[in-house]
Amino acid sequence: MIVALLAQGTPLTETGLWIANTFFYLIAFVAVGAALKMVTTSNVVHAALYLLVVLSAVAATYVILGAEFAAVTQVLVYLGAVMVLLLFGVMLTRAKIGAEDDLDHEQRWIGGLVAVGMLAVMGYSLLEAYGSTQLPADMQPQRVGPISDEIFSTYIVPFEALSVLLLAALIGAVVVARRD
Amino acid sequence: MSEFLREYLLVLLFGLLAIGVVGAFLGLASLLRPDRPTAGKVTNYESGVDPVGDGWSQSQIRYYIFALLFVMFDVEAVFIFPWATRLEEYGYFGLVEMVIFIFILALGLAYAWRKGVLRWSS
Repeated sequence: MIVALLAQGTPLTETGLWIANTFFYLIAFVAVGAALKMVTTSNVVHAALYLLVVLSAVAATYVILGAEFAAVTQVLVYLGAVMVLLLFGVMLTRAKIGAEDDLDHEQRWIGGLVAVGMLAVMGYSLLEAYGSTQLPADMQPQRVGPISDEIFSTYIVPFEALSVLLLAALIGAVVVARRD
Repeated sequence: MSEFLREYLLVLLFGLLAIGVVGAFLGLASLLRPDRPTAGKVTNYESGVDPVGDGWSQSQIRYYIFALLFVMFDVEAVFIFPWATRLEEYGYFGLVEMVIFIFILALGLAYAWRKGVLRWSS
């Protein structure tokens, strides 16, 4: 089936749309399932690894939306760097990082309520803004050039400010890790 | 489906092939090899000596510096890639902007170096 789909030039609009939708629902299912496991697991390191699955699934949805640069950035920065940082943070701050029983909290129902409220607000605003927008059938991927033009014209100040933010983070880490 | 997404089916095909080949070889090996575990055989390998302590242990804060340095220069690389595709358009303006960006990040590296946290003294 995949080989037939790879054959260029065959008109596959209906089937193709169906396949793209199927993949989207598959990825969304994986993302939501891993997110649920992440908040319910009793081992913080397992929670971090489930977060890895969630972030990978988000990268895959970026690809389906044609945002290749965002997907690559997601893989490089979030899956690569931020996950390493998160795992180190977990390994540094907790004396015991195996399975724990007291990761649960008695205020979980209030937390759940806040989460549902957040979902409602964000879902409503997204549907209100983009509810009727449809992806074009002959969707083209977002090229890197225009993104670069945006960064180096409109967003040049945030871009330079980002370097200061990273510098501040590193200086903070050096101060914490210094031995004297 | 667009041509662009169709190309990603090839990525999927490669991924499935990789999983299939690894699974086939590991499965074949587990079918063929004898399986007689003893306490000594299932010990974790730790540079040829007996492992000390538990795998779930706290690590040193000094590793955090290296993780954060990795994050910094990873983010830098992410911004250099789009910049490199359009450098000819930007000319000296783009060059100066990127040099400022890298210089500020290099200040952090110099600070860490100066404070001696990059040296692994025991």
